[in-house]
Amino acid sequence: MTTEASSETEVKENAEESAAQPDQSEKATQETQEVLNTEEEDKEKGKVKEKEGKDGKGISRYLPTWLKKQKSLSQTSPTKETPPTEEPTSKVTEEEEVSAPEVNGHAEEAEEKEEVKSEPVKEKEVESNSNGSADTEPAKEEKLEESVQTTPEEKKETTKEADVAEEEKKGQEQETQAEADVQEGDGQTSIFQSPFRLVRKPKMKVVVCHVTLLDGTDFSCEVEKRANGQYLFFKVCEHLNLLEKDYFGLTYKDTHDEKCWLDPMKEIKRQIRSNNWQFSFNVKFYPPDPSLLTEDITRYLLCLQLRDDVAFGRLPCSFVTHALLGSYTLQAEFGDQEPDQPRPLDFISQQTFAPNQSKEMEEKILELHKSHKGMTPAQADIQFLENAKKLSMYGVDLHRAKDSEGVDIMLGVCANGLLVYKDRLRINRFAWPKILKISYKRNNFYIKIRPGETEQFESTVGFKLQNHRSAKRLWKVCVENHSFFRLNAPEPPTKARFLTLGSKFRYSGRTQAQTRMASSLIDRPAPNFERTSSKRISRSLDGAPVISITEAGRDTTENGHDPNLELQSDSKDHDKTQEEVLKHQASISQLKRSFMEAPPPSPPQPSQWEKRLTSSPASTIRIQQQQVSLEEEIASVLLSRHAGLSASEASCSIPDLTLDAAVTTSSAATPEPLELLLSIPPTLSSTEVSVPQMETASADNAISDTKEPAKTTEVEIEETVVIQEVSKATKAGNVTVTSNSPVGPPAEQESSEQKVRSDEEVVVVEEENQTRQESVSSESESEEEAEYHPNVTTSISNTQIPEEKEEEDKLEEEVEKVEPEVLAAPAPSLPAEISQPAEETPQEEEEPRKETEEGMKDEVEEKQDDPETEESTDDPMLTPDETPKSFVPPEVEEEEQEEPKVNGEASAVDAEPRPHGICCSELPVVKTEMVTISDTFAAQKTEIATKEVPIVHTETKTITYEAAQLDGNGEGEPGVLMTAQTITSESLCTTTTTHITKTLKGGLSETRIEKRIVITGDCDIDHDQALAQAIKEAKEQHPDMSVTRVVVHKETELAEEED
Amino acid sequence: MAGLMAGFGHYTHAIVRGIPASLAKEALRTNQAEVDLDKARTEHDAYVQVLRTRLGLEVVELPADESLPDCVFVEDAAVVCGDTALITRPGAESRRRETEAMKEALTDLNMNIVEIADENATLDGGDVLFTGREFFVGLSKRTNQRGAEILADAFKDYAVSTVPVLEGLHLKSFCSMGGPGLIVIGSSDPAQKALKIMQQMSDHRYDKLTVPDDLAANCIYMNLPDKGHVLLHCTTDEFPESVKVFEKLKDHMLIPVSNLEKVKLDGALTCCSVLINKKKPDN
Repeated sequence: MTTEASSETEVKENAEESAAQPDQSEKATQETQEVLNTEEEDKEKGKVKEKEGKDGKGISRYLPTWLKKQKSLSQTSPTKETPPTEEPTSKVTEEEEVSAPEVNGHAEEAEEKEEVKSEPVKEKEVESNSNGSADTEPAKEEKLEESVQTTPEEKKETTKEADVAEEEKKGQEQETQAEADVQEGDGQTSIFQSPFRLVRKPKMKVVVCHVTLLDGTDFSCEVEKRANGQYLFFKVCEHLNLLEKDYFGLTYKDTHDEKCWLDPMKEIKRQIRSNNWQFSFNVKFYPPDPSLLTEDITRYLLCLQLRDDVAFGRLPCSFVTHALLGSYTLQAEFGDQEPDQPRPLDFISQQTFAPNQSKEMEEKILELHKSHKGMTPAQADIQFLENAKKLSMYGVDLHRAKDSEGVDIMLGVCANGLLVYKDRLRINRFAWPKILKISYKRNNFYIKIRPGETEQFESTVGFKLQNHRSAKRLWKVCVENHSFFRLNAPEPPTKARFLTLGSKFRYSGRTQAQTRMASSLIDRPAPNFERTSSKRISRSLDGAPVISITEAGRDTTENGHDPNLELQSDSKDHDKTQEEVLKHQASISQLKRSFMEAPPPSPPQPSQWEKRLTSSPASTIRIQQQQVSLEEEIASVLLSRHAGLSASEASCSIPDLTLDAAVTTSSAATPEPLELLLSIPPTLSSTEVSVPQMETASADNAISDTKEPAKTTEVEIEETVVIQEVSKATKAGNVTVTSNSPVGPPAEQESSEQKVRSDEEVVVVEEENQTRQESVSSESESEEEAEYHPNVTTSISNTQIPEEKEEEDKLEEEVEKVEPEVLAAPAPSLPAEISQPAEETPQEEEEPRKETEEGMKDEVEEKQDDPETEESTDDPMLTPDETPKSFVPPEVEEEEQEEPKVNGEASAVDAEPRPHGICCSELPVVKTEMVTISDTFAAQKTEIATKEVPIVHTETKTITYEAAQLDGNGEGEPGVLMTAQTITSESLCTTTTTHITKTLKGGLSETRIEKRIVITGDCDIDHDQALAQAIKEAKEQHPDMSVTRVVVHKETELAEEED
Repeated sequence: MAGLMAGFGHYTHAIVRGIPASLAKEALRTNQAEVDLDKARTEHDAYVQVLRTRLGLEVVELPADESLPDCVFVEDAAVVCGDTALITRPGAESRRRETEAMKEALTDLNMNIVEIADENATLDGGDVLFTGREFFVGLSKRTNQRGAEILADAFKDYAVSTVPVLEGLHLKSFCSMGGPGLIVIGSSDPAQKALKIMQQMSDHRYDKLTVPDDLAANCIYMNLPDKGHVLLHCTTDEFPESVKVFEKLKDHMLIPVSNLEKVKLDGALTCCSVLINKKKPDN
């Protein structure tokens, strides 16, 4: 389906843009319809645009680049390209002036396309674009929604687009599907949309698919013969009324009767090979903590899967556990046991609870069942899951294999990595961070392992599988599990040039981090579903539930547009967070604990912190409060290795902290805003690129220097990686020294008039700078690694997963992929390209820097604040900034210049950075550019602090929740660093920085406390949880203060979608 | 069983066994050392007193068996987790019969008894470290792979990972649990290596408490209703430096227990009791 889908999407785009480009693709009729619809939409949009001309312009600007890129990139899929080709620059310009709205449509469409498409290259870039567009979209969309709903088809589309619409409460009208779509407003979300389109298409050849659901019932639906897996999957999810669908998937039996996961991005018929359209709906990724799932229905489905797993021995458990789980099942399905009507034993024996179900067990089950009296089905499910998740084989996907000596073993793929079992014993374990590369060759499966601390070289471990197919299947499962659980965003698809290497298979869905983010925003009344007795039939009431989904990203954008909306969204968000807090207290405590446990860098830093602390009495240590004296001891060993690094980090971080102070200031007289800046940069993310600075250059140098020693340095592999991540994390959170001297001050001065937000933004920028610096210093050790890896990885920052071509040829191509590389890769690749800009900037006077930084800010701000962006003056600023950048292809520059006009009005600015990114992306190496847009103005605009750093592979999201704000006090004065803590574990780094700024202003003393919490992890971070935790803690600590703003800055590897 | 892995360290019962006179001469030992039987008995009495009186456990005291000089080290005879008791097959031939009395006692306590039928399997309880989340089984002179497999079969809920024991008698000769998620580990190289392996094999993160003396790393952790975290550890007489480390555990009720004599027979603190949680599941 990939081709089709893409074509359609493109068609839409075309339609929207040109309003009348017929699709060459098979389904002319449908398309025409679409076109019509689109036209209508366009008109509406046009209206809208008139209102918000800015947006359109800004977007349009981007569009051209985007389109261009597509062309260049899209070589893979000719169909797609055809439509866009016409569009190029000329069109864009026209559109800018004439119909900005169309542009929007494009952008959105593009997003959709991305998802739909299986094509890697495009996706990346498109995503980046789409993201930009997505940000800008909301306002338009809202308006659009109102007008658009006329046509049913349009409805669907609008609903998709209108993610924001919920707030307007039009969402109710929409179909559940639409709602679902709405949920996933992100670029990824677009996936959901794809089904609709498919539906619209004229029915070519239709096939009936039979899907066995988890409750044992059969669901059949008609599917176009060329539909891709995703379409069917969405149909099923729709049927189930399931929103948190990323944990699930469809399986089919291949010709050898082995279960395979249906690739959502591929045509179904090409996968099943036999003409057997029989599938089953299964859990694909077992959430490590089911309590973090948002909806009961999701948990219910997970329960169904686990019951089956347990009953058939796939999930082994003890007698007692069998009984316990069985009793919860009874409670969930039958409710309380009636004392006067005890269920007959034979009734129970009809149910399968365990592979070897004995009378004794059944009695035990009944006995335990009694003790659950009063428990609701949902509660019983939760209890069931709480116990099931602790089972050692929970979520472990076993594959038969032989080790190098021919001994039978089992390879278990799970959330944490790869487990090796011999019989029942775990004989080895390779955590994802330890694995450098996964590959398979014929029936051999290889993993390349990072060298241990004492080892010099990486080693490769090989396993023999039964055959080529099973090796490939295992490889795929590894790739997907790794992506889902460890990455913050799915890896970019393979680039075109690598196509020759083999299959481009990648995990195409959302990662756990993403799905958690999205599902935390689900806001619909709990859907009704039945747990039926023996058959366990659950029916979703279609359409009944109204889903209003709020996405953070959109909210922010909306905020920018409409103050009222802002408030709403804020309140919502806060509520949510609170709820979450309550809901997930347990998990939070776990989180805390995990932080606590984190051994590595913590010890060295404490001393640093302590110093700070002593100086500032007010400081509170949140996370560390819990520290026991033991910790030091505990950490000591691990620390010893990292001590050097951590120390460097600490040093880096400290200066940053001081700088940060400026960010938050609250006036006592007015409500005191307590700002939580929660930035969660995924480990993989390479934020550094964003701001071109001297530092980058230095970093490069450092890297180059390290190159030679690299091998030796690499010894510390696992650790190093961790360190890197940590350093990055710190970077993200903190302000760089460099920024302080030249950049920081000017910005602040300018911003002094500006509101606090501007300061914040500034800070953000600074942070990024810092990050770089830190990276330089702290990474000195790790950088070598980066250098090293890149070679391995090739210039492509993203790890490549080698896959053999589908069975046809048994090319043995190894591609590497796996996080380490990913982690390392971005950093190294960046320097090279960045170096130019960085150097240039330094040469230039401070101003340019300011601009750049400010530009950064502006971008961010602009993105979210459409209304604020009104200032036209900004535009001029932009151009200068941009010009300095050498990377930008001529096209881009043109666009940029054009932008100024646009900028004044539209939020389109946001899109800009992405385009750049896209342009850069064309280059083999990842480029990062800062697009600078009006600096000064930005500060004013900054009311909503948002910043995005355009990085090619890294995405940065910033979500701002603001309470009603007092006037901004642009106090540039750095506050006092009250507390700074960094707790680092292997996978997570948490830095908490507290700045308290007291200012006397007109006799009023303002106290502003800013807390910045930086969480960096190479593993999945539950952002929502972290946010909730942060807010909760802040409230607890400062009961007399109010939380004014919460900024979530999220950086993700790769271009990832933001909400 | 109030759910999986709930209540790590909760114990209600302890099974101990008397010291036979044969202990002094015939008990197995890795180092030649003179054992003072009286002192050993005094020590053991004190140990039992702590369990019974100080901690309020219900102590089941099995009579000593002269034909089983090592019988006081009951830990090796059974592995109890939750309601399930695995009767081991000790690696030392001379100790095999120790399990008989143990099995009876556990049966009396209504435990689900699992026995090792495989003649090729050996398993000493001293090689089994239960962390609350999973098992580590030391592959030692006394425990082999097959024994570990059987243990894994007996406790299906938990991951069972094997750890080579290069030095020392048992896995727990240099480590033990000091709390939920806290591994007390000796500082010797073999101990540290073993810890590394355990950390690598585990999906969970463990804190570690490193004590200078390997033998001191064997302590008994409990979590008792009205006492909280309780840790029975070595005395200052034996390992003053290690005791200092334990004293950093502020949240624990620290109870030094003398083990001067039994340690000569490689008997550590955990060796002398089998701890059981018989509390009814309150779901």
